[in-house]
Amino acid sequence: MARYDRAITVFSPDGHLFQVEYALEAVRKGNAAVGVRGTDTVVLGVEKKSTAKLQDSRSVRKIVNLDEHIALACAGLKADARVLINRARIECQSHKLTVEDPVTVEYITRYIAGLQQKYTQSGGVRPFGLSTLIVGFDPYTGVPSLYQTDPSGTFSAWKANATGRNSNSMREFLEKNYKETSGQETLKLAIRALLEVVESGGKNIEVAVMTKEGLRQLDESEIDAVVAEIEAEKAAAEAAKKGPPKET
Amino acid sequence: MWHSTKSHDKQVIFCKSTAFLFVQGMGMKLNTSALESHRLVIGTSDELPNGFSTAPSFEIPNTTDFDCFQKEAIQMVKPAKGTTTLAFIFKEGVMVAADSRASMGGYISSQSVKKIIEINPYMLGTMAGGAADCQFWHRNLGVKCRLHELANKRRISVTGASKLLANILYSYRGMGLSVGTMIAGWDETGPGLYYVDSEGGRLKGMRFSVGSGSPYAYGVLDNGYRYDMSVDEAAELARRAIYHATFRDGASGGVASVYHVGANGWKKLSGDDVAELHYNYYPVEPTIVEQVMVET
Repeated sequence: MARYDRAITVFSPDGHLFQVEYALEAVRKGNAAVGVRGTDTVVLGVEKKSTAKLQDSRSVRKIVNLDEHIALACAGLKADARVLINRARIECQSHKLTVEDPVTVEYITRYIAGLQQKYTQSGGVRPFGLSTLIVGFDPYTGVPSLYQTDPSGTFSAWKANATGRNSNSMREFLEKNYKETSGQETLKLAIRALLEVVESGGKNIEVAVMTKEGLRQLDESEIDAVVAEIEAEKAAAEAAKKGPPKET
Repeated sequence: MWHSTKSHDKQVIFCKSTAFLFVQGMGMKLNTSALESHRLVIGTSDELPNGFSTAPSFEIPNTTDFDCFQKEAIQMVKPAKGTTTLAFIFKEGVMVAADSRASMGGYISSQSVKKIIEINPYMLGTMAGGAADCQFWHRNLGVKCRLHELANKRRISVTGASKLLANILYSYRGMGLSVGTMIAGWDETGPGLYYVDSEGGRLKGMRFSVGSGSPYAYGVLDNGYRYDMSVDEAAELARRAIYHATFRDGASGGVASVYHVGANGWKKLSGDDVAELHYNYYPVEPTIVEQVMVET
């Protein structure tokens, strides 16, 4: 087995591309990221590891714009992310130049996934070690979308998804609690999913909301406010469970 | 319309085909063909120091004055957009019309050329300039439009299609292509009309006429145009405009074809021989002398 994991362009006898699978491991060690699609908003949330004291936290943006109507969050190797994001940004503008129309979310996801796939089938390169969550609004129909890509180059659309560290527990939570939401409810659902695996508090998560008007990054105080709301709701739910039996 | 004669433009045609092969070889990755210029590289090899290849080059002919040689080839092609085509947007869509004469200098080589090219069921292109250039690049545009549709699950807009064509023509700028075309279609934003030419220009507009007969056609078209015409009125206006252009311009004639592009795609409305149209509009009135002679 060990002989088949050096070069990316070599299959193992049981059909694995080990480099791609190791790339997925790198993703699993990355920061938790979650995306939830609502009827009129899409929300991205990323775990923020506590920044070092001397580090300027504003320079460590984890949720980025690809174009005015498309945003991306990722889990995995951040340096690879930078390269992929730059290529995607160029492609967004190039598309505007050649057909005078903004890209659809599906188009740019297909492009990024295609790029990731190319690096699994070339000599002398390694795959990109990141999975991306891409959100945006279709410029023609105004429909919100959430897509995910991974190092193997596959992509698909999701109602809600998580990637990175502890993504399984986040996904389980989402599967149990997902319902069609809009506006603030979508935001709360995303933050609740993230809080399953991340320490509570505004300074540990970065959240951005994409609406038809564009991307809005929430600042710490706003996140703290929503977190407080969520905690209050949780406490109320707990109290309601214990409450009624006493009133006999 | 012009047809190539065998003498000088063999070199020009050879250059076009190798340039075309280079463009095709790029495949469907990031389409930077609009951003690169495929300039002829005289006398150097295809390899630059870093291993990047330049535009393909070919053996230059042994003339004393290479620059003028190339100009001569282009000049032979240039003035001859002998044709009349027109298109205009109105309330019910786009009306497209053209004549059908092809001429080589003073010789009429054909009276039945199809100058309105069907790119796909909802988009038409008109032909003026080099027949081969127009036909080939419109077919190529049709391929690109279809691939766009398959990849993106939605039809390409008229804006996008005209931009694709304009980018291709721009990348061949100065190499002797002769194309003066109008792209007419109906997409999600309604009717669309663009003029695209081999100089790389691209204009959006409501009324265009292209070719040697266009001044005459413009006269009739601009005079009779109203935005809220019916399909029949617009067709008659287009037909008349082409007829008048063929009447005065020697390089236009044959059959006046009229197409309409509506929400459900294009439809050919009529194809009338302009000689017959002449007698329809100006029927022969027998003089009194002739009438008397007939009666006796």
